[in-house]
Amino acid sequence: MEMEKRAAWLEELFDIFPKERVLTDLADRHAYSFDASLGEYLPEAVVQPQSKEQIQRLVRLANRHRVPLYPRGSASSLSGGPLPVYGGIVVDMSAYPKRLTIDKENMLAIATPSVITAELHRKAEEAGLFYPPDPSSSSVSTLGGNLMENSSGPKGLKYGTTKDYVIGLEVVTPTGEIIRTGGKTVKNVTGYDLTRLLVGSEGTLGIVTEAILRLIPKPRARRTVMAAFPRLEDSGCALTRILGAQILPSAMEIMDEYCIRAVEEYEPSGLPLDAEAILIIEVDGHPAAVEEEAAQCEAICREHGAALVRAAATAEEQAQIWKARRLISPAIARLGPTKISEDATVPRGQIPEMMKRLRRIREKYRLNLVVFGHAGDGNLHPNILTDRRNAEEMARVEKAIEEIFAAAIELGGTLSGEHGIGLMKKPFMEMELGKEGVDMMRKIKEAWDPNNIMNPGKIFPDRNEAHR
Amino acid sequence: MTNRLYEKAYEAANACVQCGYCLPACPTYASMGKESASPRGRIHLVKMAAEGKIDVLRDLKTPIDLCLGCRACEAVCPLNVRYGEILEAAREEIHRRQSERPAPGDRVMRMLLRHVFPHPGRLRRLGDLGRLLQVSGLLRVARSTRFNRMLPERLSWFAKALPDIPPPRERLRFGRVYPAKGERKARVALFAGCVMDAVMFRIHRATVSLLTAVGAEVAVPAGQCCCGALHLHQGMADEARELAKRNIEAFERCEADWIVSNAGGCGAAIKEYDRLFADDPEWFDRAHRLAEKSRDVSEILLELGPLPYVNGPETVVTYQDSCHLLNVQRVGRAPRALLEQAPGVRLKEMEGADRCCGSGGIYNLLHFSESMAILDEKMERVRETGAQVVISGNPGCILQLQIGIERAGASRHMRSVHLAEFLAERCGF
Repeated sequence: MEMEKRAAWLEELFDIFPKERVLTDLADRHAYSFDASLGEYLPEAVVQPQSKEQIQRLVRLANRHRVPLYPRGSASSLSGGPLPVYGGIVVDMSAYPKRLTIDKENMLAIATPSVITAELHRKAEEAGLFYPPDPSSSSVSTLGGNLMENSSGPKGLKYGTTKDYVIGLEVVTPTGEIIRTGGKTVKNVTGYDLTRLLVGSEGTLGIVTEAILRLIPKPRARRTVMAAFPRLEDSGCALTRILGAQILPSAMEIMDEYCIRAVEEYEPSGLPLDAEAILIIEVDGHPAAVEEEAAQCEAICREHGAALVRAAATAEEQAQIWKARRLISPAIARLGPTKISEDATVPRGQIPEMMKRLRRIREKYRLNLVVFGHAGDGNLHPNILTDRRNAEEMARVEKAIEEIFAAAIELGGTLSGEHGIGLMKKPFMEMELGKEGVDMMRKIKEAWDPNNIMNPGKIFPDRNEAHR
Repeated sequence: MTNRLYEKAYEAANACVQCGYCLPACPTYASMGKESASPRGRIHLVKMAAEGKIDVLRDLKTPIDLCLGCRACEAVCPLNVRYGEILEAAREEIHRRQSERPAPGDRVMRMLLRHVFPHPGRLRRLGDLGRLLQVSGLLRVARSTRFNRMLPERLSWFAKALPDIPPPRERLRFGRVYPAKGERKARVALFAGCVMDAVMFRIHRATVSLLTAVGAEVAVPAGQCCCGALHLHQGMADEARELAKRNIEAFERCEADWIVSNAGGCGAAIKEYDRLFADDPEWFDRAHRLAEKSRDVSEILLELGPLPYVNGPETVVTYQDSCHLLNVQRVGRAPRALLEQAPGVRLKEMEGADRCCGSGGIYNLLHFSESMAILDEKMERVRETGAQVVISGNPGCILQLQIGIERAGASRHMRSVHLAEFLAERCGF
């Protein structure tokens, strides 16, 4: 029975797609069974649509046969967002035709979802414009993936997040309609704001086929300051003072003592090993303004006990400072082959408290837990380095993660700042939103996708797995 | 049984967190457009095979065969995953399984790798035969007649692109030492290799002229042989180890300051000789010492130079990185610096000079259409520069680029040349 059903929809795929766009070999299916999280689920087929009409026919097929669809971009997701948890069909949108138009006059970009984020950065800058969202994976991530996960990177404090730049979408809905939301205007109050609903919906409400993005003028200058603090609390005070001095940095990154040590051991560059925190502060804007602001940031850091302050004016010096941040990944990888990267986010003022709690969790569960992240917007990235083959340690990891989530919520924060709920965090949804809150979201999902074919198994806790 | 792969590759493969940073660097991911042709996809498949979830021959072989082995992914990996090691382990396991039921093509390939490549004498005789075909005009006759149509397409392109083979007397003599001109600044031992020594030895002549001109005494140690990279790429690790041992012995006897190679692929193989002896501490140490002394010719020329350039005609050139020179030996600056120093030479960078040209050792022979897809794209980038000369530091790349030039119908105004040969021209040698 099951076999017959499978054969029927598989056959129909070939009516929609040329055969080289339907992958069914075991090796190909395994190659689409993962993302950058830990999960691994084997799809039954992979398709690579080349037009919205193909997607529309695919969605209709999926509804007829009740086959789940799992859209994905470059699969750099850290939350399991695109994983084909119920098998079915992976829709590889990274192979979708890439089209990108920069509309200089209206300061807009019109892009297909397969365009790589860094390509938009480049093209916008060539036109003297700027697209601020910059997740660390921007050299590989697709715009479609960024939009669906609402992932933003370090510039959230000053420039907001991805959703603040998406003003229009073209979407194939889970029932196979092609709709347009929003448009080309920054202001638009015509009806419900479906654009904002779709951004961050993790691929559960449709497949984006085109996006209209806002761009802003490119800042003319940029300055970077790095400061190492012997005491964590002092770094928090310095942060608050900087903002209190009417400076709005474009990025404020923090690294904890374990990151500092790992980076310095990996590639010595004179970082103080006894520092508890390093801040990297970047200001951008008018050349005269950033000069003054950078000097002020330096002074404030010194006043608050920074043991080492480095300032960078040239692109080369800036790269040198950011190198410490970039080296975190390879440096901490030496602590264990399995990396679990979380993105619990708290109100900015709670960062020192959250860092302290994370330190306690590290000690309690005896784990390699290191913390870095975007201090400006409260988005921390606690990373646990472990080995998934070590069952005993993995059990401790699970408990630690639960406590991280609880701590973030207790401090007025959220489960996820930018990685999305996906698979790993769905059991904790009610902890943050309450049953009623989750139910309201579920109703939206059911209205849009009555047959539950669009990325099923994500965001919402299974009926029996709700935590508290 | 299965778990040989697990033992050899799992640890390295498991270090990959599948972030995908390697995707933009991978030429086959770009040309084939699917994950099983991407580095992280291949790593994942090796893991799946090691876990017994997919079959080594039925499922893993094709994706691994289609890898160029350019290792650009390794250079961009934020976690320094050792892709080369994973790839080699997979190839070794595929080779081992296949040995039970070899296909006819594999048999010929293995026969050549076992009985011809390890012997410089046999290779030289083949090279001489090639010359005979070229000078007697037999090849030209063959090319222009029906006979050519009987040749597989790939071979006819190779025949077209192969440079003229010089007379045998121009070959370097094993055991000879070429004295430095002027003050002797260093003693170097030249690695002659297989194809270079048999067919493309004009490059060796140029290399010796350049090295001696900057004050290096050049020894050509006797007893050396093919580096074994081709064997390793076909999964023949035992044969590669034997060749490595012969080279280690030959070069130890020579007692040079540096071991110089002018083939990016061979130099890279020597730099990684120690990996072949992971289970043998004595040979590991000897291999490691040799690897430490191994340099590309461009590094030595830059260090001991400047070269005695003469004024030459205005020439626009572009430089194509040899993957193994760049991604394994991490040499990219020195060749460019040498070109920039040459009077009259204008180096115009092409977009994606660091991306593989599709040569990949003998990838272009084994996977002709996949290789040509990458090459034709590369030639577009070359054309944009308006270069008259395409320069590279590895014989395979030079041949491949010449094929690209022929395919683009551009051989009248463009040629591909080894860096050493081009620099020798610009020094008036």
